[in-house]
Amino acid sequence: MQRALHIDPGKCTGCLQCEMACSYENEGLFNPAKSRIKVFTFHHEGRFAPYTCTQCADAWCQKACPVDAIQIDRNTGAKVIVEARCVGCKVCTIACPFGTVNYNTASGKVIKCDLCGGDPACAKACPTAAITYIDADWTGLDKMRAYAEQSLAGTA
Amino acid sequence: MQYLIIGAGPAGVNAAEALRRLDPDASVRIVGDEPEPPYSRMAIPYLLMERVDEHGTHLREQADHFADRGIIVTQGRVASIDPAAHQVTLHDGSRLGYDRLLIATGSSPASPPIPGIDGPNVSSCWTLADARAIAARAVSGSKVALIGAGFIGSIILEALAMRGVQLSVIEQGERMVPRMMGPQAGGLLQRWCESHGVAVHTGVSVEAIEAKGVRLAGGRFVEADLVITATGVRPNLGLLEGSGVKVEQGVLIDRHFRTNVADIYAAGDVAQGLDFCTGSYAVHAIQPTATDHGYLAAVNMSGRVAEYEGSVNMNVLDTLGLLSCSFGRWEGVDGGEHAELYSPDDYRYLSLQFEGDRLIGANAVGLFQHVGVLRGLIQRRTALGEWKDRLMRDPTRLMEAYMATTQVI
Ligand SMILES: Cc1cc2nc3c(=O)[nH]c(=O)nc-3n(C[C@H](O)[C@H](O)[C@H](O)COP(=O)(O)OP(=O)(O)OC[C@H]3O[C@@H](n4cnc5c(N)ncnc54)[C@H](O)[C@@H]3O)c2cc1C
Repeated sequence: MQRALHIDPGKCTGCLQCEMACSYENEGLFNPAKSRIKVFTFHHEGRFAPYTCTQCADAWCQKACPVDAIQIDRNTGAKVIVEARCVGCKVCTIACPFGTVNYNTASGKVIKCDLCGGDPACAKACPTAAITYIDADWTGLDKMRAYAEQSLAGTA
Repeated sequence: MQYLIIGAGPAGVNAAEALRRLDPDASVRIVGDEPEPPYSRMAIPYLLMERVDEHGTHLREQADHFADRGIIVTQGRVASIDPAAHQVTLHDGSRLGYDRLLIATGSSPASPPIPGIDGPNVSSCWTLADARAIAARAVSGSKVALIGAGFIGSIILEALAMRGVQLSVIEQGERMVPRMMGPQAGGLLQRWCESHGVAVHTGVSVEAIEAKGVRLAGGRFVEADLVITATGVRPNLGLLEGSGVKVEQGVLIDRHFRTNVADIYAAGDVAQGLDFCTGSYAVHAIQPTATDHGYLAAVNMSGRVAEYEGSVNMNVLDTLGLLSCSFGRWEGVDGGEHAELYSPDDYRYLSLQFEGDRLIGANAVGLFQHVGVLRGLIQRRTALGEWKDRLMRDPTRLMEAYMATTQVI
């Protein structure tokens, strides 16, 4: 059974532990700017929403990559950046209609959520269970996938 | 079923892979005229920067990728097409049959009629062969003149500057990237490049290329050991002569990637397909359009019906560390509205174009997180409602607007 990140914005308090954990896990430093999950704040409503890649099946980033640098992790189903192949052209950052692939100026390559190989640090760090890593069936992932797959380019 | 694809670039390769998945028993063959394994032109600047070797430019990592999938890749140059016989003829005289044919021959650099442009000191930067020639000559300390600061020219600009050459850029238009961004954004790019040691001449044309450099209109002379041209491209249409396939700027295709001739389809840089934003048919000549085209052309070729929604013209550019991007109708439309943030001191610019309460185009400089949502908002025709007015007042609230109106969470 494949698992997926489930995000419940209603439970998010905006503490940014997920961003810290993500950047530490992936970059080795506590720097929210390097996080692959991002908590957005709706200032006027005092609401927060953690946001990251849904690992959509019809991965726009992967299709647009000119050098086969976005590949599928067979264990988790995540679309992962193969650092050694990424040339840093950034075409995936404009191709992803969710804006969840970003350029990292320090490495000259792009970064995106890779589910930490199956043990996502953000979910472990979240104190309120706003982010959980659970069976894909239970996440409403189907709904998100359907959204992701409403083909942007055509209806097959 | 025999599928034949002409051209082993991103459009042809994506089509071949999709055809293989959709029609496991069919024969799928790509004929391409370049000697290398299928590669990506887009990776050439990074080869020149020595971030990758040639293997790193290949479209697929594994050497046996195509053989493993039963996709035949052969080298050859198609000279002509005979639709009545359902055959193509290669330059060596051999023939190949097809049931369905995809033209994915891409485009080639267009050379303006400048005296001296055929000289030995002039090169384009389009193929791996070009890249090897440039790498041998654009060595640290050498003087290089780049003609053209459009999108492709500006990408090459960065690669050349990173090789440590003394670089001069000449652009006929009034600013850099004139077909990708407006005057303020183009001005930021120019000022940035100049502050990083690149001489940029805009609004001036080249009169002649001589042995020691480039003579500009008005008499100025730019010294150069090597001249590189990036003066636009034109689709590779030569093989269509006599085939009856209709061409305008490129091969005219309908929303199912069909040409006017039965069983012949086209995709990628060579194709003039539906533009999502304008509703007209245009040649985009960009990587994302080539891959979308390749995939959806294959779906239609396989007998399924997929109606194309059109492609959004979009570019992302890194000029020596200054990032910029453009989407769709960045110049705006009559009767539309426009929100803008211009902060020249810190090289930041953001421009959003609206029609009613929908985003139809955008330009950004110095802003590089989550830029993909600009595509998302444009291509979903998201109704922004009250968020449109908020963005008019403060375009930097883009992510909030995106989250609030698309409710992906
Ligand atoms: C230096 C450079 C940088 C670029 N950077 C970007 C970028 O950052 N972003 C972006 O979106 N785009 C970029 N592009 C453009 C992008 O590479 C093209 O849009 C893309 O390659 C188009 O793919 P295609 O498959 O349609 O054509 P191509 O990649 O051109 O492939 C077509 C192939 O068909 C072959 N062919 C032609 N005629 C025949 C024939 N008669 N018989 C057999 N084979 C034939 C050609 O030789 C070629 O190998 C860049 C291009 C260059 C040169």
